[in-house]
Amino acid sequence: MAAGPASHGGLRRAQRPHLSKMERMVVSMQDPDQGVKMRSQRLLITVIPHAVTGNDIMEWLIHKYCITEEEALHLGTLLVRHGYLYPLRDPCHLELRLDETPYRFQTPYFWMSTLWPAAELDYAIYLAKKNIRKRGGLFDHEKEHYDQLHRKISHTWDLVVMQAREQLWAAKQRRKGDRLVIACQEQTYWLVNRPPPGVPSVLEQGPERNSCTAGRVQMPTGPFQTKTVDFYRREVECLRKALGRARVKSSVCLEAYLKFSSQRGPHDPIMSGCLPSNPWVTDNDTYWAMNAPSAAVPTRLRVEQWAFSFRELLEDPVGRAHFMDFLSKEFSGEKPPPRLPARAPPPRFPPAWGGPDPVPGPPAENLSFWEACEELRHGGQAQVPALVDAVYQQFLAPGAARWVNIDSRTMERTLVGLGRPHRHVLDDAQLHIYMLMKKDSYPRFLKSDLYKDLLAEAVVPPKTKRRVFPFMRKPRHSSPSPALLPASASREPSGGDGEA
Amino acid sequence: MCDQTFLVNVFGSCDKCFKQRALRPVFKKSQQLSYCSPCAEIMATDGLHENETLASLKSEAESLKGKLEEERAKLHDVELHQVAERVEALGQFVMKTRRTLKGHGNKVLCMDWCKDKRRIVSSSQDGKVIVWDSFTTNKEHAVTMPCTWVMACAYAPSGCAIACGGLDNKCSVYPLTFDKNENMAAKKKSVAMHTNYLSACSFTNSDMQILTASGDGTCALWDVESGQLLQSFHGHGADVLCLDLAPSETGNTFVSGGCDKKAMVWDMRSGQCVQAFETHESDINSVRYYPSGDAFASGSDDATCRLYDLRADREVAIYSKESIIFGASSVDFSLSGRLLFAGYNDYTINVWDVLKGSRVSILFGHENRVSTLRVSPDGTAFCSGSWDHTLRTKNYLFVSLQVWA
Repeated sequence: MAAGPASHGGLRRAQRPHLSKMERMVVSMQDPDQGVKMRSQRLLITVIPHAVTGNDIMEWLIHKYCITEEEALHLGTLLVRHGYLYPLRDPCHLELRLDETPYRFQTPYFWMSTLWPAAELDYAIYLAKKNIRKRGGLFDHEKEHYDQLHRKISHTWDLVVMQAREQLWAAKQRRKGDRLVIACQEQTYWLVNRPPPGVPSVLEQGPERNSCTAGRVQMPTGPFQTKTVDFYRREVECLRKALGRARVKSSVCLEAYLKFSSQRGPHDPIMSGCLPSNPWVTDNDTYWAMNAPSAAVPTRLRVEQWAFSFRELLEDPVGRAHFMDFLSKEFSGEKPPPRLPARAPPPRFPPAWGGPDPVPGPPAENLSFWEACEELRHGGQAQVPALVDAVYQQFLAPGAARWVNIDSRTMERTLVGLGRPHRHVLDDAQLHIYMLMKKDSYPRFLKSDLYKDLLAEAVVPPKTKRRVFPFMRKPRHSSPSPALLPASASREPSGGDGEA
Repeated sequence: MCDQTFLVNVFGSCDKCFKQRALRPVFKKSQQLSYCSPCAEIMATDGLHENETLASLKSEAESLKGKLEEERAKLHDVELHQVAERVEALGQFVMKTRRTLKGHGNKVLCMDWCKDKRRIVSSSQDGKVIVWDSFTTNKEHAVTMPCTWVMACAYAPSGCAIACGGLDNKCSVYPLTFDKNENMAAKKKSVAMHTNYLSACSFTNSDMQILTASGDGTCALWDVESGQLLQSFHGHGADVLCLDLAPSETGNTFVSGGCDKKAMVWDMRSGQCVQAFETHESDINSVRYYPSGDAFASGSDDATCRLYDLRADREVAIYSKESIIFGASSVDFSLSGRLLFAGYNDYTINVWDVLKGSRVSILFGHENRVSTLRVSPDGTAFCSGSWDHTLRTKNYLFVSLQVWA
């Protein structure tokens, strides 16, 4: 074997920690006391020492890592595919067989982590040896490679043939057992580095990742100098700020997870199933139809979810609409208010119920204001000035038609910011109104008759009866793509519906 | 006594002080200048000053990191698995492949769900980006990108567009059209421009903004309509590989993970890094927020997944097993946050109990590394994509994306 370790060996190795872990595993497997049971394998008239069978390996893995047979087989197969174990008989497929096939541990010389480039010259020599040793001994794909290489490096072909002959002659000097083992080792190495067609290459890594761009130190007065200084300055600043953070005790944070999980458990289809049935399991998409964003009658679980947090109430279009309803009814008992007048782009929120009506009360304005701010924050850059102006005129200007009540300090800050409108200029005001609604209107909503009625009227779908003949597949209904829906509805944040 | 001799190339006007002197060649920011002897000495000491700043900054950063770890440890009074002892253990989980989406001819690198809970977009190594109705397994749209290794793709919240990018260093948005006469590639909009490969992209709450992460070490927020850069996020010391938006009330933060082993939380408005965590031992391939937004999980090449709590400002759980030695490429939570699904480079998917820290089950279904894994928006299923390509019949390769429930 020519060649030495790759030039950027250190860097690449750091990107493949699984190789060093596999090596440690393989080394511990060869431990004389704790390792795999080794035996001598008789092949015709030669005896090869330190051989193991597939079953031995599996047993050892199961025992050492407390895993199932399936997992042990999988792990063992990976070890073989990466060339850390090789079969002594018929080594043309790298897999872990559970019969009497003997395996041996690959010599570290051939380990993947040495990162030797497995050059064309070496491969050519190997193929030439194989060809010389036994006419017609090359596999189809090897023959192809051989011809290709012959064409490519024809100028050094004499060297190739000479090397091959030398190596074969040197091998003849060894004992038959050693010769066999070395041949198997080499064959495994090349099966890993030049896999036959149809076998995935374990060498593939994906596009190269650079582990140190910004932090790289170049020559003292080189071009990377300033970049590195900036990088560290930023890091130091970030760390200083981080030190000043307020932290919460672990016990408090972790309790929160328990509460969250137990509250959401029944809502998690994978954990608790879903009614009537999981569409993926039964091919029946009723579940999606019942939980569509604009479903007329929401399910019980959905209504319950509105009580978990204010954010989730607002995220659900049906929930938000009911909340808007509640807010307007709270004040005047009139129908809910119209939306912002249509401008380009059209409003992105569920269409209003009812038509234009007399001036509604402040609580409903809060929600409309919040929605308008959301539109600003997530809208296109070009629409920002116009939207800011519209929101100001509608909600914030003195004597505005739908004036919202913000505290004076926030209002001052906002008015100052309006001089140079940008998408975050209304953030403070929006947060103030959001908190107001969350602390005041939201708890009242949850205690209201409106909500209680919704909960009572909510649907609890019955579980789908198990089909007697499960192999009769129901036709799967397709659904209209959200991209097909008309423009005004299509830009809803919670896109299309799964209606059958 | 020996004279100090130096090579005098030229005698003329110094580039700095403009006096007539013997000049030396000098390199400043890879440009060659000619300075006289005294000016060259001054410049050499300037260089020293720069070096001192660098070394002192580095050591300051190290000591601050140490202090930060001490501060974080002060409030750590209990471990997650201790708190979780009260919780009932999970029963046996049976998850099977319910759909296999065949159509990509090469490695699947990324996928994303549409908000309608059934459509997905997936991208692959050969540049193909396909939109499927995964319930019926029909392909609805297909685009061929001009580059290979399309490592990032995302579905717009409205369901009307997709974004994708990879080795072309760009993120492009394609509006989805069913018009047979229109070529989807014709309406393509190039939104993001980075100086290295695009590793991840995501729409924010609307179709109008896109957040991208790149191999050039930065993340960026873009306006889709104009392609304008709204905010850029610098701070990673190496390629950024993944990002996820926080499901918070104010909706202003996101987390990113990179090859520098750091996971960083950013404020989208100011571009500042709010929190950083550096406990992984290798590249972080995937980050995903816990459904409440108070924590996030990360999957890394060091074969572990870790949970970081944002309020406690520390790592609170490690999900690892001695028999798992290959890196985790992709992680996602179930709807309640009780389960963590992680796809690994050893072709398996491990399901972890987030609270107890133990592995609930292992799923075998792929024949090459699992490259991407996402739970559907309503939590009824999850989809995994991998580098499989199995030669089943002659001259026909198909690759699997699988949906499990």
